[in-house]
Amino acid sequence: MKHLVLLFMLAASPLWAVQPDEILDDPVLEQRARDLSKGLRCLVCQNESIDESNATLARDLRLLVRERLVAGDSDTEAVDFIVARYGEFVLLNPPASGANWLLWGAGPLMLLLAGGVGIAYLRGRARGRPGSDQPLSEAEQARLDDILGR
Amino acid sequence: MITELGHFALILAALVAIVQMVVPLIGVRKHWSGWMAVAEPAAGAQFALTALAFGALMWAFIVSDFSLQVVWANSHSAKPMLYKISGTWGNHEGSMLLWVLIVTLFGAMAAWFGGNLPPTLRARVLSVQAAIAVAFFGFILFTSNPFLRLQTPPFDGQDLNPLLQDPGLAFHPPFLYLGYVGLSMTFSFAVAALMEGRIDAAWGRWVRPWTLAAWIFLTIGIALGSWWAYYELGWGGFWFWDPVENASFMPWLLAAALLHSAIVVEKREALKSWTILLAILAFGFSLIGTFIVRSGLLTSVHAFANDPERGIWILLILGFFMGGALVLFTLRAGAMEAKGVFALASRESALVVNNMLLAVACFVVFVGTMWPLVAEMFFDRKLSVGPPFFNAAFTPFMVALGVILPVGSVMPWKRANLFKAMRPFRYVFLLALAVGGLTYAMQSGRSLIGPIGLFLGAWLVMGVVVELVQRTGRGPDRLRRLARLPRADWGKATAHAGLGVTMAGIAGLTAWTQDDIRAVQMNQPWNVGKYELTLTDVQEVRGPNYLSTMGVLTLRDGGGFVAELRPEKRFYPVAQMPTTEAGIDYDLIRDVYVVIGDQQDNGGWTVRTYIKPMTNWIWIGAALMALGGLLSLTDRRFRVAAGASGKRSPAQVPAQ
Repeated sequence: MKHLVLLFMLAASPLWAVQPDEILDDPVLEQRARDLSKGLRCLVCQNESIDESNATLARDLRLLVRERLVAGDSDTEAVDFIVARYGEFVLLNPPASGANWLLWGAGPLMLLLAGGVGIAYLRGRARGRPGSDQPLSEAEQARLDDILGR
Repeated sequence: MITELGHFALILAALVAIVQMVVPLIGVRKHWSGWMAVAEPAAGAQFALTALAFGALMWAFIVSDFSLQVVWANSHSAKPMLYKISGTWGNHEGSMLLWVLIVTLFGAMAAWFGGNLPPTLRARVLSVQAAIAVAFFGFILFTSNPFLRLQTPPFDGQDLNPLLQDPGLAFHPPFLYLGYVGLSMTFSFAVAALMEGRIDAAWGRWVRPWTLAAWIFLTIGIALGSWWAYYELGWGGFWFWDPVENASFMPWLLAAALLHSAIVVEKREALKSWTILLAILAFGFSLIGTFIVRSGLLTSVHAFANDPERGIWILLILGFFMGGALVLFTLRAGAMEAKGVFALASRESALVVNNMLLAVACFVVFVGTMWPLVAEMFFDRKLSVGPPFFNAAFTPFMVALGVILPVGSVMPWKRANLFKAMRPFRYVFLLALAVGGLTYAMQSGRSLIGPIGLFLGAWLVMGVVVELVQRTGRGPDRLRRLARLPRADWGKATAHAGLGVTMAGIAGLTAWTQDDIRAVQMNQPWNVGKYELTLTDVQEVRGPNYLSTMGVLTLRDGGGFVAELRPEKRFYPVAQMPTTEAGIDYDLIRDVYVVIGDQQDNGGWTVRTYIKPMTNWIWIGAALMALGGLLSLTDRRFRVAAGASGKRSPAQVPAQ
């Protein structure tokens, strides 16, 4: 039984993110590969980059990135190569193109809008008169009397 | 038998909730104080019955009653007791029961401590709270009943997801839920106030402790989750901008905004309709969070407990409560006249800017989280929105918030002179700039995150010191006056300093992490940064329900022995899942973080080493924020406001 368990253990043991045997000899190329890997999504994982993931596919992609860099691709060419094969979905950083402008513009636009409304409100408050004092309702008057012991 | 009792108690609790939802509202309408008063005993009974049901389920987990489907699917007889107990909420059904338990707990607390609320407001608050409970009781009983039996009980269970078998994660969900659901109380107060048609300073004061409590729990819950991710997932990340993390972060941001805007309502009777809107949205985002986790709509590392059909239910609940509350809001918001008048430069304006930044930051997180869905539905583009987007789009708002915080927090109410307010800060501002500049000079040519983060950290912490010194006034006896400051002031100072510490920690970790990956041979030392590591042993260890490969490493620096690290690679045979346990040497300056991987063909082992500077500052800062909240919460004003005077029964108060 114990042997069986050990067997399972070997079979299921995880592959580690970035294996020692993947690392390129050229430290500059390797650093470029690591930086690119951080921006590429492991397609079978849930929201992990290929740099972090221990899935087999992530390893294949890491090797592919390194292969392209060794072949002399620039960073953009290497990424384009992968996007051409796996689609826009691999990019963790959505490119600011087409409809994605909405995504990138959402924050600044909302800030402008909020700023406009905010300033209008603040100016209104700065110019406004104190609101009319509402008289106490009957219940409140009763409660007040009660508290004051009247 | 106990299971059936629990099941029965759950159904009874649901019926009590229906009574509590309907009867007090009729009482308010008809001016029948007896009917209004039904809410209090009902809230207590509802909580007691739900607690009974939850206890019954927990009992089934403790004694490993595998005739229950949930227990069978999520537990195992060999599991340690702590995880048998935490397994109660480590699954969909149990976690929803915990959710509703907390809804009823908050309802009961509002009934017990709300003695000084006007009777009509209290009746309405409890009625709205019961309505939320009814929705979730229905959800549990009709779609996710934890008390279902199996026809033929199996011999043993299928074990809990091993990733969840961890002390950090055992307590992460309850805290998060206390936070999420705590916001339901704020929501109930907001809706009740809309029904009443008036919001005044008193309302602001009543609602603040509940918001504060929810925010504290959210802070602790998020920090625990992030700490867990740090040491358990194996590459030392603390935040992944994962949809589920975002789902907990959005309510946190809105709750923080709400805390601040409620101050304006309380002190100055302004920002009323905005505060109500925030209260509604904050709970709305909690529901959206629940929906995201439970439906599996967005892929996420948390996808261990979800079901699309149940998602529809939660979507309906979300639609009903948000739709209803927002309609009520548009009908009644006009009636909420602002009273306070204040100049453009004033504490009020500073708090408005705080709210703008927090709310827009929350909006950015929301858009980023939902965008993959929107892009696929409307633009036919399958894309990902990952950490690079959030880091770029979210961070500027937090930087801006950090920059204005110290000055904004000392501006006088009503009318301030901006230059006069900034004057006391001129030296610490220069000092903080110097810290940032020095950092920039020392790191030479890396990203700006490090210097900016350290500048903000120094600026916030020193700003707090300046503020405290200012509060003591002039002349002798300053120390005594400092000691006599209200706890709310100490709370504010602690929480703001905590924010600075967290910001500095995040920046340090992000900017200066070093990593090293290699295959190492036994007893052959290697260097990472200024440290020397040696793998001295690899042992096979048997845990209670797992097998572990444990590496033993010695960590040395120039001065000699620092620590022994024991990273583990565990395998859970029942669940057929491996997990990693990093070996971490914690330190205030840096963490050394070691993960052991597979054995190589030549007998060596894969070892990943990280030097992570300032990591612990993130959690120390979070702890300070939570502590600050707690100090504020125990301020005398709130204790009085929360109504220690529960003696007055509503029957004695003339209702009308």
